[in-house]
Formats: sequence, C-alpha cells, structure tokens
Amino acid sequence: MAKITFITSSNEKITVAATEGSVMELAVNNNVQGIDGDCGGVCSCATCHVFVAPEDVDKVGVASEIETDMLELADDANEYSRLCCQIPVTDAIDNVVFTVAK
Amino acid sequence: MAKCKFADAFKEEREKSGIGKMDDQGDPVVMLLNHKDVRKAAHNYKAFSSEAVPGRIVVPSEVNIRTTRQIPFEVDPPMHKEYRSLLEAWFKRPLQDTYKEKLTTIIGTVLDDVLSKDKVDVVSDLALVIQSRALTLLLNVPFDKSVKWISWGTHVFRSEGEALDGDKAAILYNYIDEEIDNAIANPTDNLYSTLLAAEVNGKKLTKEEVKGVLILTFAGGRDTVINALTNMMSYFSANKKALDYIRSKPEIIKTAVEEFIRYFSPLTHMGRVVTEDTTVCEHAVKADSRISLCWASANRDEKVFENPDEVILERKVNPHVGFGFSHHNCLGATHARQIMRITLKLLAEKVSDITVLEAEENIENLGEFTRKVGYNSLKATFKKR
Repeated sequence: MAKITFITSSNEKITVAATEGSVMELAVNNNVQGIDGDCGGVCSCATCHVFVAPEDVDKVGVASEIETDMLELADDANEYSRLCCQIPVTDAIDNVVFTVAK
Repeated sequence: MAKCKFADAFKEEREKSGIGKMDDQGDPVVMLLNHKDVRKAAHNYKAFSSEAVPGRIVVPSEVNIRTTRQIPFEVDPPMHKEYRSLLEAWFKRPLQDTYKEKLTTIIGTVLDDVLSKDKVDVVSDLALVIQSRALTLLLNVPFDKSVKWISWGTHVFRSEGEALDGDKAAILYNYIDEEIDNAIANPTDNLYSTLLAAEVNGKKLTKEEVKGVLILTFAGGRDTVINALTNMMSYFSANKKALDYIRSKPEIIKTAVEEFIRYFSPLTHMGRVVTEDTTVCEHAVKADSRISLCWASANRDEKVFENPDEVILERKVNPHVGFGFSHHNCLGATHARQIMRITLKLLAEKVSDITVLEAEENIENLGEFTRKVGYNSLKATFKKR
C-alpha cells in the first residue's frame, strides 16, 4: 500500500492510498482537480502533468523518451515534470508528493 | 477482408523526404508527415498561425464558403486561451456520470434498433444517428432537435468527395443563426444561451463569436465521429474474435479506443499559415504559404509506434495525435472518447457478430496521396448475443 499526496493549483492537499494502477488513475478516482487523464493513460494527452517533489525524484524515477518528448512541448514543464499516467503505484513511491501542473 | 484495411498512404514519402505537397484550389500546401515535426509545428503557433482568413487553415480551404471565424480553433494564443478557458468546463461535461448514463441510453437504443433489422447501413443507420443524438447532450438541447440533423445526412457541410458546397454550408449557418435568435428571445441552459451570457476579457460574446463556436461544434465532430464509429465496426467484421476478447477484458476499452483513433485518424490533417520564411524538415517554406500537420501520417510513424499498421487493442504507450496536439487539441475529444468507449462497451455486451456485406470507401485525394478515411456507405449485418 502506497500513500500518495497531491497538491492542487488551489493549494488543496489530498492524501490517498492504493496498491495498484497508475498515479493518474489514483488521482482521477479521487477527483484531484487538474488531473483529467483524458486518454486513459497512454501518454497521448498530457492532461496528467505533475511536478515531483525534488526529494522524491529518486523514488519516482525518470521519464521515458516518449514521455520526455511530450513534456518538452509543455509550456510549464521543468526537470521535475512527469506525466503521472506513466508512474505505476507501488510501495516504492510510498509517501511521495506530487504537485499538479496548471 | 481487404475492404476493412486502412493502409498508410504516407509511408514512402514520410521515410524519403518527410513532407508531401498538394495543391488546394490554387493555394498550395506542404504537408508535414513525421510525428516529431507535426508535434513541433503544432506547438509553434508563432511561426505557424491558426489566425488566418477564416477557413484558410482548413484543407481543403473553406475561404469561399464562410466568413465566420471558428472559435477557438482559428484564434492564436494568447486570445485562444481566453476562449478555450470559457469552453473547457462545458466540453468536459461528458466525464460526468449523469452525462455518461444519458449517452449510454442513446447509444443502447440505436444498437437495439440496428439489431432488430436484417441489414443496416452502418454510416446512415448507426453512426450518423448516434452522432446526431449524442450532440443534443453536448449542446444541452431537446432530443428531438436531432431529427433535423439526421435528415441533413453525413455531408451537410460538403458535397460528395471533397467538393465544397456553399449552399449546403448555408443550411447549417442559417440554422445556427435561427437558434441563436431563439436563445436571445428565450434564454435556457443550453450552449447557445450559455455562450450568449458569457464574457471574454470583460466583454460579452457577440452573436458572430457564438456562431463561430457553434459552427465548430457542429462541423468538427460530424464526419470525424461518424468515420470513427463506422471504421470501428468494419474492424470487428474483419477481426471476428476481437469483440469476444473485449467482452472478456472490458478494462482494455480505453486503450482500444485510443488505438482505433490512432489507426483510423478520423481527421487526416489540419493546416497552418506560415508567418515568416522558415524551413520544415529541411524544406524552405515562405511566409503566407500554408503547411499542414498530417495527423494520419504521424500516427503511423514507425519511429514512434511499433508495428504501426497493426491494431493492437492493448497498446499501452500510444502518443497518437488523432485529436491534434498542443494548444488546439480537439475541444470535443472528451465527448468523442465517451461516445467511442460507450459504443464499444455496448457492442461487446449486445453484439455477437458484425459482417460487412458491401462497402463504398471514402477516399481523399491529397495531391500525390490518396487516403481512405472511412466509408460513404457500409452495409452490414449485426447479430444479437
């Protein structure tokens, strides 16, 4: 079971837990504002853009080439950007904090 | 069945030069064919503008049949964002449970009707009817409005093939004018009234702006959704085990829908007007000329998609551009995805077999390329489960 915290653009903090699926699915299932996951998680829509807390980068891991190409064209992307449909929920990301991009 | 194949029309030229060329009513177009080039150009609104003379970025150009600017799609940032923000919440309503339930009823009724007949035309008896009835939800207007839209047929905005038809387009424009006037006289909670009451940058939208949004809503989701639904049915005729497979694994519906959108690419391409002399794929393009972002070619780019010419229902990473890319990505995509997902779910539940009997393909002529985008008619039998 991994406990994950989302911080939305209106500064709301939502902490939820899960054992499977992707971080995007977790966010959508818990109505985290700003995470739409329109394409269902196939890395096509970029509506699940989050920033990983700097101290959590090692736990979460880096983006694949396809994900990086997608993020390269997002105006507000930075070195902490990820598309959270590409992050599986596992024990490895317990207690990680994601800030939702605008 | 060969008739159910959708070949990649652009493969050779994409690998050889990365661009294609076509003449469009004397206003030529350089088509970008590589996934990366298409996405980069779509993102670069400063060099490749959408805010040209209304109708010019559409290929084939519509400059001769309309003067109304379609909003937000023919507006560049930063103004684009103002309109888009206004519309986003409305066009995300298909994510709501009540909307999904209503859409399920609409699609279920059409499928039941199809299943009660010996033979149907998938285009006119199924796809056109679902698209038109579903549009009443998106506009939030009474269901019986769809009767008229169905009577217009698939090609209300265009004549057969690619020819533009001003008289046909006028039917839609006059209809929208009348509906806007009705909404002014009797405001309700439909899209017309909502837009008439809305403000952008502190100013009420004009009738012309409201009309621009509505034309886009009607036209943008018409043949595209009809093609996507029809083509999906043809796939099940050629792949007899696929429906059973989806029934046994309904959790793959979302990836399957994205894969159909990639493979069929219901909108072949969209144009942009070049604002300054530049190059695309090492090819010089002059200011005030046009390029097009060829979504259909990008979606078969083997540098991005493994086995691009195969439908892989569970393709997990699928960065397709079937709904466009960047700022102007399809506003109606949420609605279109919901139609596709619910249709697929109900097909798997209700239908045991689809068999295509006769097919009349809809072939686009794009300069050196010919591309099958769908069917003008697709006669088929549907068997109940």
